[in-house]
Parts: sequence; C-alpha cells; structure tokens
Amino acid sequence: MVSGKGGVGRSTVSASLGALAASMGRRTLVCEADARGDVATLFEVATPSFVPALVEPNLWAMTMDTEASLQEYLRLHLRLPSFGGLGPLARMFDFLATAAPGVREILTMGKIAWEVRERHYDLVVVDAAASGHIVAQLGAPNAIKRLVAGPAPGAGSRSGGPLRDQTQWVADLLADRAVTGLVVVTTSEETPVNETIELIRRVGDETDVGPAAVIVNRVLPELFSRSDEETFARLSAAPVIDRLAELVEGPVGPALEVAQSARRLRQHRVGHLNRLRSALDPTLAMALIPELFAPGHGRRLLYQVTEALRQELT
Amino acid sequence: MSSFANLLVTKEVVVCCGPGGVGKTTIAAAAAAAAAWRFGLKVLVITVDPARRLADAMGLELLDNTETEVDLGDPLVAGGKLEGGRLWAAMVNPRRGWDDLIRRHSPDPSTAARILANPLYQEIAERFVQSHDYIAMEMLYEIHSRGAYDLIVVDTPPSRNAIDLLEAPARMGEFFSSRWLRWLTLPARSGFLAAAAKPFTLVGNRVLGPQFLGDVSEFFGLLQGMYEGFVARSAAVGELLASDRTSFAVVTTCDASAIRETGYFLKELARRNLPTGALIFNKVLPAALRDRSALAAAARMGSDAVALAEELGEGRAGARVLGEVAANFDRYGVVAKRHHEARVGLAGRTGIVTEVGYLDHDIADLQGLGRVGRSLLAEGPDRR
Repeated sequence: MVSGKGGVGRSTVSASLGALAASMGRRTLVCEADARGDVATLFEVATPSFVPALVEPNLWAMTMDTEASLQEYLRLHLRLPSFGGLGPLARMFDFLATAAPGVREILTMGKIAWEVRERHYDLVVVDAAASGHIVAQLGAPNAIKRLVAGPAPGAGSRSGGPLRDQTQWVADLLADRAVTGLVVVTTSEETPVNETIELIRRVGDETDVGPAAVIVNRVLPELFSRSDEETFARLSAAPVIDRLAELVEGPVGPALEVAQSARRLRQHRVGHLNRLRSALDPTLAMALIPELFAPGHGRRLLYQVTEALRQELT
Repeated sequence: MSSFANLLVTKEVVVCCGPGGVGKTTIAAAAAAAAAWRFGLKVLVITVDPARRLADAMGLELLDNTETEVDLGDPLVAGGKLEGGRLWAAMVNPRRGWDDLIRRHSPDPSTAARILANPLYQEIAERFVQSHDYIAMEMLYEIHSRGAYDLIVVDTPPSRNAIDLLEAPARMGEFFSSRWLRWLTLPARSGFLAAAAKPFTLVGNRVLGPQFLGDVSEFFGLLQGMYEGFVARSAAVGELLASDRTSFAVVTTCDASAIRETGYFLKELARRNLPTGALIFNKVLPAALRDRSALAAAARMGSDAVALAEELGEGRAGARVLGEVAANFDRYGVVAKRHHEARVGLAGRTGIVTEVGYLDHDIADLQGLGRVGRSLLAEGPDRR
C-alpha cells in the first residue's frame, strides 16, 4: 500500500516499484486505487482498465472502479440477476456509498484483497489514497466491523451482506505484516515531512497495518564538498564575480546566485530529512530517489525512477 | 494596481483551489495578509491545515473553527500598511462543522443530542459527501452571511481532485432530496410503500446487510425533519460560489502533473460558468534561468573552468566549483524552460495570471507571508 501527500510523486513511485519487481521476475500487479489516471499515463495505456491489463512482461496494471467492483462482487458471490444497464445501479450505488460510511473503501480494499488471494501475484502494489484519506481506506474493514453488530461469522454468511462478509478476511490480510506493508512517499520539504511523521503515527494508532518503508522522492544533490564550500564563498565575492564576468564576457551573477539558492534549498531539505529520520523508528527502511530535474513523460519517466530505485534498493 | 490586487479589492470571497502540494495554504494566507496590509481591509482567511510553524506564526495553535485575529505586526516590517487593515484566521474542523450544522437544523435540542450521540454519526460526519469540502464551503457561507468581513479568502482541503470541492454543495442537496433516501427511511413494516422500495432494499440488504442497513436507516430517520433545511442551505452555498461576489483563484506549480490537473480544473470551472478570477503559478524559477546571455556565460564558465580557475588564482578546487556552478545553472535552466512552456500553454486559457517565485526557504513567519504577498500583488521586492 503506497500513500503520501498529494504532489510528492506517489503514483510514479508506485508504478516504478511495480516495474522494478517485475523486472526482477516477480509477477506484479500495480493497482491505482485513487483513480486519477496517472498510472495509466505512466504505462502509456490509452484507457485505464478495471480488468488488470498486461503492460510489460510480468507486470499488470489496473484502475480501481468501486461500481465495477460492486458489480463483480454481486455477480461472483451473490449471483444476483442483472440490474439492466449500469445507470440505475450506479446511481443507487452512489447513494448507498454516500449514506453508509466505508462502502467505497471496503469495495476498494475487498477487490485488492481478492486479487491478492485469487490471482496469485507475487506482489500487488497499490497506489492508494493520499495521506488525508489513507487511514480511512486501511481502517475500513475494522470500522465496518465496529458498525455492523451482525451475526457471528459463519452463522449464515448471507445475512451479513458483502460488507460484513468481506471485512474479516480483508482485515486479516491487511494486518498480516508478512503480507501487507505501508510505504509512505514524501519529499524532503517541510509539509510532506510533517504529514509523513503524522501519517505513520496515525496508521500505527488507528489501523493494524505495519509501515514497510519511507521513500523520499526528489532529493537534491549536494553541490559542494565541505572544503569546496570555502572556494565557492571566495568565488561569490563581488570583485571576483566582476573579474569572472570579464573573463567569460557575459553575466555570471545569475549562475552563482542560483548555485547559492540551490545550496540553501538543499540545506533546508537536509534539515527536514534529518528531522524525518529522527522521528521514525530507526529500523524502518528508508530509500532516496534523486531529483531528476528534467524528467521524461510516460514510460521514459517510469524507466528513470525505476532505475533510481534499483540503484537504491538492490 | 495589478489585476490580482483588483480582485482582492472588488470581491467578497476568493477561493484558492488547485492540485495538492502546490502551496495553496501559504498563498491563501499571503493573499489575505496582503489585502489587509495593502488595502486596509478587514480580511478573514479560512485555512485547512497550515504547516505547524506558519500556524504558530499566525497564532493559530488553539484554533477550532473560531475566528481569531492575527497580529499583523510592525507596519515597517510589512513594507507599509494602511490604516484599518485587520486579519483574522480560522481553521476548518469538519467534525465541529457537522456538529454545528446538526445543532442549527435540529427542531429541538434533544433531537440534536440524540443525533450527536448516534454511533454512526461520527463515521458519517467524517466521510459524508466529501465532508471536508462541504464543511469548508458551509463555514464560508455562514461567515459570509454575517457580513463582518470585507473579504474572505478560503484555502481548500486536499480533495481527491479539485472538482469534488465544486460538487460538494450540489451532491449534498441531491442526497437529501433523493428518493432513495425516502425509501431508506421508510419504516420496514409499512407494506404498500415498502413494496415500491423493494428493488432498493434488495440491493441495500445484499450490499450492506439488513442490520447495517437498519442502523443507517434509523440514523437518517432521526435527521428527517432537517432535509429541507439541508437542501435549501446547500443550494444557497452553491449560489454564493457561482455569484459575482466570489472568485476562484486557481493555484498551481509548473510540474507536469500539477499542470495536467489544473488544465482539467479550469475547463470544469468554465463548463460550470464559475468565475475564475486568477491563475497563480507558485514556485516559479528565476527568469535569469531563461536569459540567453546568462546561459551562455554559464556554459563558458563550465567549459573553461580550469583556465578560469587558474586566472583567478584558484586551483583544482576552483575549477571543480566553477564546473558545478555551471552544471547547476544548466540543470535548473532546463527545468525553467519546461516550466515556462507549460505556463504559457495554460496561461492563454484564462485572464489574470500571477507568479510567485521559488523560495529556497520555508515560510515560517509573517514577514515571509509579506514577501509572498508582495509577489502576488506584483510589487517586487521589499520597499524598505
């Protein structure tokens, strides 16, 4: 389960984790749970599909659609007659999902758990909800259990309805640390770091899911070694800049200013990164992906991030 | 006066929206502070989740849906302040917002107490119809109708996508006027009507289970007397958003995915005839990165690094540093060029466009907000 604050590159990292696993021979599914189409864009698939589609050797991709998930459920488990077109069912579903908390989340988690159990992938990477919604998503099975004081499990499974039936085994799958882990993607900026620390605390307090790793995306390079810092300071002095400008016959101020700014930016980011490290359990894995500056699009971007992850993780 | 400044002066409500992670909260706070400082307005910023240090700087630590005045500080620091300018801030707490809403619409205090004590209530309040989105808009409406402020700037919650925000009032109204809701709250035994609701209860039972469906139905039964109030209220919220007192300021960065989402959002705003007042590009890299002579000078600095370092009396370290300075300028230059192209592509689609420069530090105090505010008003650097 991959989460993180909006804008940190969660979908890119999810797809790349999947591509890395697949390239190492593992049968992998990447599932975009928060359907925005970013994963489909990365794999350069024309239309996002609820049915897992083979996008590379060993690698399947799908996009969550809770209505399709409900239809699949009704068809497979309840053998309900068809409701005619999707139209009326979709509207009714929309209403139910609004009225009853957790319906959408449980259908998402249920479908993912079903793929894990039935399709025998070696790895399922879920591009899950952003940090604001992930606790609700991961906690849905337990929330439903709390709300549904239904009959004991096994005592006529139909009477509980899918929500009830799906909860226990989905909850067990999520709570099994040998099976499920949460990966939080962040950048080394102030707010994403705060949210990451807060998210890992909340997931620990409010769900049974174990954190697996933190991936810090877009880490800036160090410009100068400590001894070169002094040289840089000397070269940034006004008279030197003037002399340098004469020598290259052009304005060099901007380049030195941008370097100064990049240094400061990196210093701030290193500070936030250290804050992140010291707030987290030291045994929790942390991986860094360097800033790509001018990343490609689609598969090219996917390849770049996958290779960065390969270098970091293998 | 720049056109964004004009917007702050002429509108009563400015809603800052856009993709996640672009700096909406900071921009909203800076716009509000700038309007108070520069135009002497009484301004409220409704914020969602500011970074801790910014919240501290604004004195927001104890905030819970209540409006608190922010000390605008030394006018000299602010770079000139007009008399009368005052700033308040409030934070959205969805749970508190729902509690208030229930109390307001309940026919009597005992009904309100029964609803608030319902075990389903908490789950529903937190997830219901994009709860954060709706409550932020609801709070805006409530405060706006009191008329205590010249301007209200709203920072919007991190939605799955920005459209959720626009749809929240309509979805709320739709929900409470839905026939499904009438069927859901029918007493199970009222034979004839229950038969009409059969397909619904069939699906409801199969999906939720009769027990859960019963609980949900009981809960909405308690709310029954309030439907009309909710429907009328959400219609009024929707009207305020669409009126010419309101303007949407779309905030974005130039990253490819932010640009994609913003493009889609602008299209949706236009389709709904909602007033898009401004497009704000945040974290814009310095223009010098696109300056040809600066780029050429940096390139020469890189290729002649060894000779230049010698000329300046620096050794190998000097060459290494000059090389790195040049490479760094080149890296950011490529990014700046791309960002510029993306910006031009998007800016053509709307009227007012404002840029805020990339900051190499975090905004942690009112002076920082002041700097961003000056950028927003296109005033250039500090006047001191």
